[in-house]
Amino acid sequence: MSDMRTVFASVASSLLDEDPLAAVVLAEISADLFAKAAARHPDRVLNVGIREQLMVSVSGGLSLAGLRPIVHTYAPFLVERAFEQVKLDLGHQGARAVLVSIGASYDAARAGRTHHAPEDVALVDTVPGFAVQVPGHPGEVPGLLRQAVGMLDSGSTYLRLSTESNRSALPLWPGLQVVRPGRQAVVVAVGPMLSPVLDAVSDLDVTVAYTTTVRPFDGEGLRALASSSASGAVVLVEPYLAGTSAYAASEALAGRSAFRLLSLGVGRTELRRYGTPAYHSALHGLDAAGIRRSVTDFLGLT
Amino acid sequence: MRTYAELPGLMTLMTGDEKHGPSATSTLDVLWVLYDQVLRVSPGRLDDPGRDRFLLSKGHGPAAYYAVLAAKGFIPESWLAGFGSAGSRLGYHPDRNLVPGVEIASGSLGHGLPLGVGLAHGLIARGLPGLDDRAPRVFVLVGDAELDEGSNNEAIVYAGAAGLPNLVVVAVDNQSSSYGWGPGGIEAHFAVSGWSVTRVSGRDHAALAPALDAPGQGPRLVVAAVEKGVSVP
Repeated sequence: MSDMRTVFASVASSLLDEDPLAAVVLAEISADLFAKAAARHPDRVLNVGIREQLMVSVSGGLSLAGLRPIVHTYAPFLVERAFEQVKLDLGHQGARAVLVSIGASYDAARAGRTHHAPEDVALVDTVPGFAVQVPGHPGEVPGLLRQAVGMLDSGSTYLRLSTESNRSALPLWPGLQVVRPGRQAVVVAVGPMLSPVLDAVSDLDVTVAYTTTVRPFDGEGLRALASSSASGAVVLVEPYLAGTSAYAASEALAGRSAFRLLSLGVGRTELRRYGTPAYHSALHGLDAAGIRRSVTDFLGLT
Repeated sequence: MRTYAELPGLMTLMTGDEKHGPSATSTLDVLWVLYDQVLRVSPGRLDDPGRDRFLLSKGHGPAAYYAVLAAKGFIPESWLAGFGSAGSRLGYHPDRNLVPGVEIASGSLGHGLPLGVGLAHGLIARGLPGLDDRAPRVFVLVGDAELDEGSNNEAIVYAGAAGLPNLVVVAVDNQSSSYGWGPGGIEAHFAVSGWSVTRVSGRDHAALAPALDAPGQGPRLVVAAVEKGVSVP
């Protein structure tokens, strides 16, 4: 199976063929994957060079002209470098785009901090009206991309691709879906955290729920699952900044008489390490062993 | 419909200042000429996808803009008195979601031209017939000090290379940029990227109208020179 980026480029190219209003805006990254599409649709595949502010602003302008833009580059350059453009030229204008990032938190572990963006979802989450989708497998990308482009009449989407992947794809589902039932706690795995979570809790009596949809957060689904957990213990496992969805989970559970929330994710300390994504996952306690350690501590099982 | 001579009175409704001559606002004449002679847009065609777009990138001091929009019937004159107040649609920076005829929300500098590049691309991609059978154009008004913002440079170089024939920047030059643009002026920085450039008096209606309305093979810059202003961009 191809990786998420390759699948994305293929499906986006098909969308350009199918939809005369679809457009793709690039800043050099992945331009090679869109070369054929650009030859077929030179007016709707725009590579603006290494100009990420312009890339996002151009997508805002395309949206104001009635097009449905897809914008794509590395996560730190898409969301962080061009953040005011995301905030104003999309959000504040009422313009809409699908932002598709690669690189995730530390896919490019060897490249160092400049190419890492564990803060991206938290940042996008400050812009009203953005949906956030975090696929956990390349097989989930086509459905999520088509859904995001289809929703452009009502809102923008941030689609966060990664080279990290679960062992298998799950069907497209709008909120939390139970992968495995249990009684002692609810563990929510976001995107590519599902396989490590399943490995971490294989012998524990906990519910494992999966979602790609981070925003809007499925508060109702979490409330229902938490009410089936005897202890009210909920664990969020997100592949980006720890606590990014903690407030959403807290809001969802606020009406319960008692709940306890543990938020796992990428830590805030700058590690200044290179190496592999697996190495960074271990450093942040996001590999199966680290997740198991945190969950058993939280549940008092050690 | 109001005349040019009535604009100062409309501005006074907003500011309470009795002394509004045209020179009090660097953009007034450019705005008037655009809406009076150049832009193919009208209050009845605000949703027409083939209309010309005007983007006020330099969103500061929008009293002249609102006055022209009121004079041309885009907004009721009764809105002007509430300028900036809690219940008003007219803020100190304009918002396209609140004001009919306003194509972008602006205020933070350096966003209008990059947005205009996307809009120009989008109108070409849609291949829309314009009003009066001329393809729709995008006009972006920037200030000379606004061009300090680096995001403009991204747009200037790219738009020149892309050769967008439906994009016109009008730079109102009141020499308010702290470091200026050197001997060749603003236009040198656009010309080197392949724009066609011209400089006219920003107070001379007879010179502004043909300069703004001229057809072009690629993007065009019109520098509208006005008196040296205070250093408020």
